[in-house]
Amino acid sequence: MERETIIELSHVDAGYPGATILKDVSFTVGRGEVFILLGGSGCGKSTIMKHMIGLNPVLSGRLLVAGMEWSGRTRAALCRKIGVMYQSGALFGSMTCLQNVMLPLGEFTRLGRRERVDRAMSLLRDVELEDAADKMPNEISGGMRKRVAIARAMALDPEVVFLDEPSAGLDPITAASLDGLILRLRAGKGMTFVVVTHELASIFKIADRCAMFDKARRGMIALGRPQELRDTSDDAFVRRFFNRGEDGGPDNGKR
Amino acid sequence: MGIFEKAGRAAADCFARICDGFAFIGEAFAAMAWTVFHPLRFRARDCALAFQRAAAGGLPVAIGIGFLLGVILAFQSAAALKMFGVEVYVADMLAIALFRELGPLVTAIVLAGRSGSAFAAEIGTMKVDEELDALSTMGLDPVRFLVMPRVVAATAAMPVLTIFCELAGLAGGALVLDLMGVPPAAYWGHVTGASTVFTISLGLAKSCLFGFLAGLVGCGAGMGTKSTADGVGVAATRAVVGGIVAIAVADGLLAVVCYVWGL
Repeated sequence: MERETIIELSHVDAGYPGATILKDVSFTVGRGEVFILLGGSGCGKSTIMKHMIGLNPVLSGRLLVAGMEWSGRTRAALCRKIGVMYQSGALFGSMTCLQNVMLPLGEFTRLGRRERVDRAMSLLRDVELEDAADKMPNEISGGMRKRVAIARAMALDPEVVFLDEPSAGLDPITAASLDGLILRLRAGKGMTFVVVTHELASIFKIADRCAMFDKARRGMIALGRPQELRDTSDDAFVRRFFNRGEDGGPDNGKR
Repeated sequence: MGIFEKAGRAAADCFARICDGFAFIGEAFAAMAWTVFHPLRFRARDCALAFQRAAAGGLPVAIGIGFLLGVILAFQSAAALKMFGVEVYVADMLAIALFRELGPLVTAIVLAGRSGSAFAAEIGTMKVDEELDALSTMGLDPVRFLVMPRVVAATAAMPVLTIFCELAGLAGGALVLDLMGVPPAAYWGHVTGASTVFTISLGLAKSCLFGFLAGLVGCGAGMGTKSTADGVGVAATRAVVGGIVAIAVADGLLAVVCYVWGL
């Protein structure tokens, strides 16, 4: 079934003024999809995500999120359509977990305090952390912080949730539970997830499609379903990446 | 890297920092204007917390420094005035110097060192932890959210600290002159005689300006923190040095203005 496009990158050059990291990147993300940005360290996947969430403007090309380009005029509307979980969680250390989740509700809705608390508690329940509502971020584990950050990212019912390395620094069990959470939330709320990661176990478990980037070639080198890329990619580097350094394909390891 | 390349890079870096500084000042004034038109969206609780830390936390230091300043000034000037038998005029000198100049200046240096660096470290740590990015992607302006409450708190805390610093300075002077045999009644009579409403008001107005500058420079240093191992430390240092320089420059300019206008 063809999905409606919610994010579109067309011939995008990514990076910072004076430093192009990725050239001519084009792909689309469909509504309700779990889309992975992957590649080795320093390949530019987080840079692409920073463009997608409006932190940095693209160097050239066109990037549309929910049909809009990031600009001063569209910024407020686009910020309501996305939620972001950062690698560190980026919870505000002076607020409890509940207050962190309530923050966007207080700033952008007209809900009364009681309703905001109920909504935030419901979100914390979704990530199985209602018991941690009154705890400060420094009193909970890294995995719990990330779950609270996901709850905060979903507070305004965004159309797309961006997750930056959700499993980084977590033990395999906690990482797997986060993967399960993403799939549950996608199934329950129909949200689109764009996930930056290079954890193969996560990728095979949650991804509908993925885009792979390479630092040496400064661009996107593969796009498709992870299983297909692993088994049938023409690019030996892609196959090696998905096979943890072993080349499972016919051209046997040449990049 | 050759010496010319190093010098060029340093100059480019310095220029970029100056541009960032001006951009930050523009953002801060825009946020201030926004707050004036949306007073209910001002984060009063954060401001109260920052005020409490700046004022209550800085009070012992301000009082201690003020007292010692009064003692030192009284000793230094009394030694000279005693030769003419007019050491009681130390009280006049102390009152004018403290209310008009030294009270606000010394307190501002204390505030820049204590609260300015704390603001820089807090905001810098938040920047390194991606909390500023999180605010931006939530559609919240980090300047309005983090800088405004702290700048307002520093501006409000300064007059309070200044008054206590000045009173402590006068107490220090009283102690010294008492030891020199000047009756307390004479001392306090000269102090009240020399302390006009204008002098005190000018000092307090200056203290508000200095508090604003210390807060703004501290927050600006925090916002400009680099994500390096020593980023937060560098930001805190920059907050203190920048704050003190800004205060000194502003004080110098005010001194010229007061002289020209005969104030």
